[in-house]
Amino acid sequence: MQPRGRKQVTAIGGIAALAVAVSLSACSSSPSSPSGGSSPTAAPLSGTLNGAGSTFQTVFQQAAISQFKQVQSGMTVNYNSVGSGTGRSDLASGTVNFAGSDSPIPSTETDFNGKGTVLYFPVVIGPISMSYNLQGVSNLKLTPTVIANIFQGNITTWNDPAIASINAGAHLPSTPITIAVRSDSSGTTQNFSLFLQTAEPSVWKLGSSSTISWPHSAHAASGNSGVAQVVKSTPGAIGYVDLATAKASGLTYASVQNSSGNYITPTSASASASAAGVTVNPDLTFHAVWGSGAQAYPITYQSWILVFAKQPNANDAKMLQAYIGYLLGDGQSLLDSLDYAKLPASIDQMAKAQLSKITG
Amino acid sequence: MTSHLARADSAGTAGSARALTQQRPLGDRVFQALALAAGLLVLAILVLILVSTAQQSTSWFSKEGITGIFSVTWDPAHNKFGTLTFLYGTAITALIAVILAVPVSVAVALLLTEVVPYRWARPIVYIVDLLAVVPSVVWGLWGFLVFGPWAQRVIYAPVASGLKGVPVLGNLFGPGSNGAVSGTSLFTAGLILAFMITPIVTSLSREVIATVPAIDREGAYALGATRWEMIRGVVFPHSQGGIVGAVLLGLGRAMGETIAAALVIGSSTQITSHLLTPGYSMPAVIANQFGEAFGVFRSALLGIGVLLFVLTIIVNVLARGVVARSMARQRGA
Repeated sequence: MQPRGRKQVTAIGGIAALAVAVSLSACSSSPSSPSGGSSPTAAPLSGTLNGAGSTFQTVFQQAAISQFKQVQSGMTVNYNSVGSGTGRSDLASGTVNFAGSDSPIPSTETDFNGKGTVLYFPVVIGPISMSYNLQGVSNLKLTPTVIANIFQGNITTWNDPAIASINAGAHLPSTPITIAVRSDSSGTTQNFSLFLQTAEPSVWKLGSSSTISWPHSAHAASGNSGVAQVVKSTPGAIGYVDLATAKASGLTYASVQNSSGNYITPTSASASASAAGVTVNPDLTFHAVWGSGAQAYPITYQSWILVFAKQPNANDAKMLQAYIGYLLGDGQSLLDSLDYAKLPASIDQMAKAQLSKITG
Repeated sequence: MTSHLARADSAGTAGSARALTQQRPLGDRVFQALALAAGLLVLAILVLILVSTAQQSTSWFSKEGITGIFSVTWDPAHNKFGTLTFLYGTAITALIAVILAVPVSVAVALLLTEVVPYRWARPIVYIVDLLAVVPSVVWGLWGFLVFGPWAQRVIYAPVASGLKGVPVLGNLFGPGSNGAVSGTSLFTAGLILAFMITPIVTSLSREVIATVPAIDREGAYALGATRWEMIRGVVFPHSQGGIVGAVLLGLGRAMGETIAAALVIGSSTQITSHLLTPGYSMPAVIANQFGEAFGVFRSALLGIGVLLFVLTIIVNVLARGVVARSMARQRGA
């Protein structure tokens, strides 16, 4: 037998080098003219702004970020569409410079307690379409009551008298109604349910939230495109889908009765009209649903950029003023082509005036 | 082992005696420290995850209490956060996955070890392992866009109308309360999960079956057993524990699977025996609803994460235990 004890264990330690790239925003004090804050100055700024939040804003943010490069080539803006709730919590914990949110900070959310003033900048509004899949019916009309009853499971077939009475002349089949809803929590769900709660408080029992406890017959899918897919592939389906996605998916959508009693189709213009007819609070929070006005499309919602009024340094404050100023200024012209809607001039002016409240 | 060492010691060459009394070389000690640190780091990360998520879910635990947590109602619009629906969905989809995947996996493992020659076994192993490298989001999208709509039309609808009113089968595979079946359902989720756990159950079963001593097999053949009798009499008793362990590991994987389940389960908070209608599972609700959640809602989702974490740890510990015991029994035999 061989004598033991000469066995060499060669350990090859794999050392994983963790390279942490810390990107510090360059704090080169640019020769800034005394900025009034009302409009972004042409003085070149450099650094990085990180934002996170609302998925509703994603397409607008992407388009605006790429256009903004021509205004401020030294600035990099990133937007991470993680959802409004996560975006707000990222802002509160200081991991991002701004948050995109489809709703004001709820009173039950304690993340911002003692963290300083948060400013609301409305940047975009948009209509939510009632998209449906019904062979041979192209001009469906719906009232808030009917929508509420469909989505509560009280109206279950397309030839229900409640639908037939407001669609005289249309050939409504006896197809069962399949309701298509969001499986993920969403600002679209939040504002769609807010519309029903505002317009029909006595009929709508499911409340308003980013997640609703829908009837069990509902077909749930993820994202606006997921709901659009369900509507497209299911005869007799109806779902709430933002207008841009509904158009891109080639869906048919209904006209909805507004508070003046008119049936209005969702367009950029009719959405702006709804926002123009609502009361705006001093902190620029408002709800664009169920706005007054003869031409207002009632299922319209809004999204804000949230920032802390007090920024850690002057450069961050200037960069935020420049970027948000762009979104409220030239950026607004991008909205129509993306099937969002422009802010009404009155709200846009109030938001621009508030830019100077961001201080370094 | 011990007897070898003892003999080496008593043989007592001068070199080995010195090595035993002196301090071990520096390289050895550094290696030991590094290895220990790595091991402790893994443990520390696990504990930290558990502690921090549990901490963030306290407001849910204190608001709902035990009865609230395990209640049926999940309705964020009215601040009700009960998880029974999700526990049920998780259990039922994992169960479907195991029921569908295990017979196939064990059969493939037997095919590879007992039936086909080695040179044919290799390519089959590759193909089965390929199932494991398909990302779960691809499984989910395939299930949602391709398989679900097809199955609803071609399989589910005829099966449901055929079994409507049949006692037990009608309750399981008949149409749901609204008279319809859905392509995104508990059963679709279970089926997709079955695809996903087949590779792991197959490869573990194959390894366990391969440890059956050749002498036992040949003994059975010498006694006149057919191949099936040999498998039943020798292979199964010998590898039973290991296969059960493999199944439990597969179960753990199925319970924790998130994206694929979120896409195909249908996302409906209901507890139903009708497997062809939509349901919901714990990982799916977290993935779906976290983005816009805040306050108690967010805390409840984190709490579901804690519950799921604890559940999968229990299943995995159970699996390791079963495997270890069966290994010990084999060595003893």
